Amino acid sequence: MDVGIVSYGGYIPRWRIKPQDIAKTWGVDGDAISRGLNIVSKSVPSPDEDVITISVEATRNLLKKVQIDPKDIGAIYVGSESHPYAVKPTATVVAEAIEASPDLTAADYEFACKAGTAAIQTCMGLVASDMVKYGIAVGSDTSQGAPGDPLEYSASAGGAAFLLGKEKVVAKINETLSYTTDTPDFWRREGQTYPKHGGRFTGEPAYFKHVLTCAKNLFQRTGTGPEDYQYAVFHQPNGKFPVSAGKKLGFSIDQIKTGLLVPRIGNTYSGAVLLGLAAILDIADPDERVFVVGYGSGAGSDAFDITVRDEIENTRTDKCPTIEEMVESNNFVDYATYAKFRGKILM
Amino acid sequence: MRDVAIIGVGDTKFGELWDRSFRDIGIEAGLEALEDAGITGQQIDALFIGNMSAGKFIEQEHVAALVADYSGLSPRHIPAYRIEAAGACGAAALACAHMSVSSGTYNIVVVGGAEKMTDVGDTEAAEILSATADQEWESVFGATFASLYAMMARRHMHEYGTTREQMAAVAVKNHKNGSLNPSAQYQREINKDLVLGAPPVAEPLGLFDCAPLSDGGAAVVLCPLDVAKKFTDTPIKIAGYGQASDTLALHDRRDITTMDATVLAAKRALHNAKLATKDVDLAEVHDNFTITEIIAIEDLGFFEKGKGGPASEEGRTALNAEISINTSGGLKARGQPVGATGLAQVVEVFRQLQGDCGDRQVDGAEIGLTHSLGGTGASSVVHIFRRAD
Amino acid sequence: MGIPRFWRETPSRYNLIGTKCGNCGTIHFPPRVVCPSCHRKSIGKMERIHLSNEGTVVSYSIVHDAPHSFKMQKPYAIAMIELEGCCRLTAPIIDCDPSDVKIGMKVEATFRKLGEQEKDDVIHYGYKFRPARSER
Repeated sequence: MDVGIVSYGGYIPRWRIKPQDIAKTWGVDGDAISRGLNIVSKSVPSPDEDVITISVEATRNLLKKVQIDPKDIGAIYVGSESHPYAVKPTATVVAEAIEASPDLTAADYEFACKAGTAAIQTCMGLVASDMVKYGIAVGSDTSQGAPGDPLEYSASAGGAAFLLGKEKVVAKINETLSYTTDTPDFWRREGQTYPKHGGRFTGEPAYFKHVLTCAKNLFQRTGTGPEDYQYAVFHQPNGKFPVSAGKKLGFSIDQIKTGLLVPRIGNTYSGAVLLGLAAILDIADPDERVFVVGYGSGAGSDAFDITVRDEIENTRTDKCPTIEEMVESNNFVDYATYAKFRGKILM
Repeated sequence: MRDVAIIGVGDTKFGELWDRSFRDIGIEAGLEALEDAGITGQQIDALFIGNMSAGKFIEQEHVAALVADYSGLSPRHIPAYRIEAAGACGAAALACAHMSVSSGTYNIVVVGGAEKMTDVGDTEAAEILSATADQEWESVFGATFASLYAMMARRHMHEYGTTREQMAAVAVKNHKNGSLNPSAQYQREINKDLVLGAPPVAEPLGLFDCAPLSDGGAAVVLCPLDVAKKFTDTPIKIAGYGQASDTLALHDRRDITTMDATVLAAKRALHNAKLATKDVDLAEVHDNFTITEIIAIEDLGFFEKGKGGPASEEGRTALNAEISINTSGGLKARGQPVGATGLAQVVEVFRQLQGDCGDRQVDGAEIGLTHSLGGTGASSVVHIFRRAD
Repeated sequence: MGIPRFWRETPSRYNLIGTKCGNCGTIHFPPRVVCPSCHRKSIGKMERIHLSNEGTVVSYSIVHDAPHSFKMQKPYAIAMIELEGCCRLTAPIIDCDPSDVKIGMKVEATFRKLGEQEKDDVIHYGYKFRPARSER
């Protein structure tokens, strides 16, 4: 299978809030929470941003790095758990906004935090089978935790888009596989504003079981081990889980740190592992190898073995900011502003 | 083409007229005008109504027929027209009525203007006013009506060094004039510090840089000049008029510190009247915002481009100074019931030329000018009036 | 706001599509059917083109009295922007402190929500502008 990443782009809203500011509102120890989650700030979208605008921005950044005719894009899939519409696709707006429509297929995906990696796999299949020349997979979210819920300290906003194809590949996807079970660790029922979760049940039987099993299966399938990769990135619901999973698999902190964005921007859900991968591709050298494992509650993991090619240099442009430039932001809001921006105030 | 004169005028007090409906105010001004002209409804050939947005403000369209009906004219079945040109609709209604008499189509016509703006909330009223700008390409993107004028102000400041103090001088002067006008919404003086310290609306414009939301009506009666003396000793001749349009959106203008439509309308009106700007004794200009008066007095030729600010601050536009601008108090202090605004200007000029303005009388007023704007200057109407006794 | 009324403008609102007069070359935004300079000679020759997504602030205001759709963002900067090599349009300047906006500032187009009638209605999207990378 000679399919790979042809281009990629990310987008992170500029606003940030500190866990301490959230904790103060709810009368808990913010420093302890910040330490416990390994999160110093999380991104907050403006009132005029949503999954559609974030997906468009990420996709447009992707197109700034590559010369292709948008009409050659045959598929667009947007993965998110916070699509602005329950019914009416995000993907059609993205298609129109990059002038890829109308001769293409498009749909929205939902699989908690791994809808974006699922979209990549779908595009890989379409490209490999020559059903489309290029496919775009987006993972993007403006996730919400219920006020005062532990999730409120991490649920944030951001997204990344990947262009998959056989031509002009800048990072080849050597292998991908998934691991899926029915594990109800986190959910949001139809019509509900905020999700619920199983507390500590989200850890061992959910995140760790799926991420670690999927990772080991990929090692086995590819005959590789942690020493074969310069970078590893895992789904990052907080700053602790991915580090712990990485260590258990034998990765060093040096291999993990580039893709670990959650301490500064929080958990961007469907965008999280993809933004981490994008941050790695921003700096990786040709021939370096990247190990990627996403996770979505409910539950499943998608893993990827990726090798960076010489063509990666072609994506380096100052037409759009790097992921690191977007991660860095000093535009902090207080809890009241955050609550206003996120529609948490009854009006 | 016949010369046309105004033989009577009427107006309501402008302001928040909570107990009065659109029907009430439209009719009050008209009846007063009839009485002033000494005619009865039986003599009216046609009715012209200036109204901007009754459909949005009171959810009532077809207001020309409504006014005719409630004026008691339904048994006579006279033709009744509504003219819409945003803020210039009253003046545009006068222009159309003038043409109808001048052409010989009608002899005696009443031109009325009315708006009832306070039946909706402030935010909704502001959104209705914004619809006079380009709704699809300005308002949809968050440009409010005030913000578009604020952009003109900012650019005028940038190019000519105009200051907020100079703009404030316009508001102070117009409130002073308004304090002398019993029809004015605000009959009290204000000082510069109040204007400069007011809450911002659309920077650099603050609350006191903006004309208020108002209810009110105004009306005038026209007839051929050659029979005007039958009705009044001092008919006021419509000596000239000019109307011009421009791009709907401000961003499509050649220059946002000047209004080409005003320059052209004034040129046409003066040419028509065979007069020059220097002949004008007083002018009622469209001051929906303070910057608008500064731009208007430049575009009308009273002051050089860029000198309108200093002229205002130096008092050269005050009552009986170099040129008396907005002796009624202008839109700022007299009030701005949109449909009535352009005709209220005519009412003021009529009374000034007849010498009826008491404490705010311009000495020896012979020739007056009115200038009315629609939107951000996409419509501009200039009329010139002259005593014909 | 009516759905079709907004929907039919999406090409220009999403992607800054204007027209270039086939007779004199003047560019207009939004698209026009007739060139104000060439009149009849331009009819049928108004070619649809992509405008630059970069521009310069010609003038601006900071809006405090905001319409319903923009209440959550006030105060916000609204600007008249001259797009590189073509024409002008009006749009908010976002992603900066409104007081940082200046005449002459370089800006670039971005994609944002413009509004919605009610929370359960269709959402309208289109361009807003932010400071260009060189200004940040």
